[in-house]
Amino acid sequence: MKEISTPLTDDIIKSLKVGETVYLTGSIYTARDAAHKRLCEMLEKGEPMPIQFEGQIVFYAGPSPTPPGAVIGSIGPTTAVRMDKYSPILIEKGLKAMIGKGIRGEEVKKAVIDHTGVYFAQPGGIAALMSKCVTSLEIVAFEDLGTEAIRKLTVEKMPLIVALDCYGGDVYNRQL
Amino acid sequence: MKEINISQVTENVAKLCISSNIFVAEDIKKALERALEREDDKAKNIIESMLENAKQAEQYRIPLCQDTGMVAVFVELGQDVRIVGGSLENAINEGIRIGYEDGYLRKSVVKDPLRRENTKDNTPAVIHYTVVEGDTFKVTISPKGFGSENMSTLKMLMPSDGLEGIKKFVIKSIVEADSNPCPPIIVGLGIGGTMEKAAIMSKQALLREIGTKNEDEYWGKIEDELLEEINKTGIGPAGFGGRTTALAVHINTYPTHIAGLPVALNIGCHVTRHMAFEL
Repeated sequence: MKEISTPLTDDIIKSLKVGETVYLTGSIYTARDAAHKRLCEMLEKGEPMPIQFEGQIVFYAGPSPTPPGAVIGSIGPTTAVRMDKYSPILIEKGLKAMIGKGIRGEEVKKAVIDHTGVYFAQPGGIAALMSKCVTSLEIVAFEDLGTEAIRKLTVEKMPLIVALDCYGGDVYNRQL
Repeated sequence: MKEINISQVTENVAKLCISSNIFVAEDIKKALERALEREDDKAKNIIESMLENAKQAEQYRIPLCQDTGMVAVFVELGQDVRIVGGSLENAINEGIRIGYEDGYLRKSVVKDPLRRENTKDNTPAVIHYTVVEGDTFKVTISPKGFGSENMSTLKMLMPSDGLEGIKKFVIKSIVEADSNPCPPIIVGLGIGGTMEKAAIMSKQALLREIGTKNEDEYWGKIEDELLEEINKTGIGPAGFGGRTTALAVHINTYPTHIAGLPVALNIGCHVTRHMAFEL
């Protein structure tokens, strides 16, 4: 069982091989469609970012509301390809890793190789199970976006599959 | 004449919004268990995690998936039934409002497709009404996430494309969808009718119990053939490879025009949710 912790250093990222399962412990941020759109519009206008992306991990996810007594509702990855338009821009700004579901485009693959990054995938639809890996939640930006607000999560041993490694490996590149 | 008060409708819709998002239907659970037997390694682990997820959701009464969907509602309204106490449409939407709030379900509906302001209560539903004979009043609710809905598609084929054309279109669409619709998927096909008829049939096909076949033997055989071909793609559970890309293929058909062969493909994820009540 391979365990990794944040912050993800280049050494850790270089040790990751496509297809392997890793268990992640540490801090990550959630952001999906609406937050990505807003972040990139702010960057374009030269406005300061609400969070610093250097060395960080972003999880493409919008949790369900937190029931009383729980840390978080259900949480799992959304389709990553919808973030392809924005990801290379954020990777250039220092974002190190992404967690999502499904195939990425060529520009994201290239950005991951060029900037020593990684894209992790998680099966969709196991969000009740994954919610048990989250030990804290804090809304840090764009609260008006509801489920799409940026949340800082602490996760413990969250299982992830290395989907794009920094050597160009792609888990979805099957021989069909 | 049978009378149904809208308050009963609201109450039941609210209840089923919550239950359908928490409990995996028995037919899906059984199909996943059967899939375990033919998978190994990673694919097996992933299906096990899906079954474990169902247990956790049930135990903690939390949604199976964070995407608790936009709700499609199918109403079968008997012509001898009178709805009293207000608007049926409002009653259904009120049920959704209550269910999504009380059940801590995610509100994923935006008011306008381009201006995208969240309605904050997951309304409105997409409601399909069918008027039937007698005094039946049946409501099926089907909350559907957009990971799978986004991968659904429709094509107006030519009559000369035939069965081969249908198969080619279905396989190509599923290969392109890859892991996005959260496989193992349920494949709903609406074939024939007009453009909108095909689309509605394809969604209704997802409501059929897994393990049942199209009553017409001719189409039942095509369902089997397609399932086999889809599972040969190797996409597998969650798209990480394996023998189980789909759990079932369900086809609904309707007479069509001499010039046409409409084919709609609605993909359901591995927790394809639907529950019904009758009053």
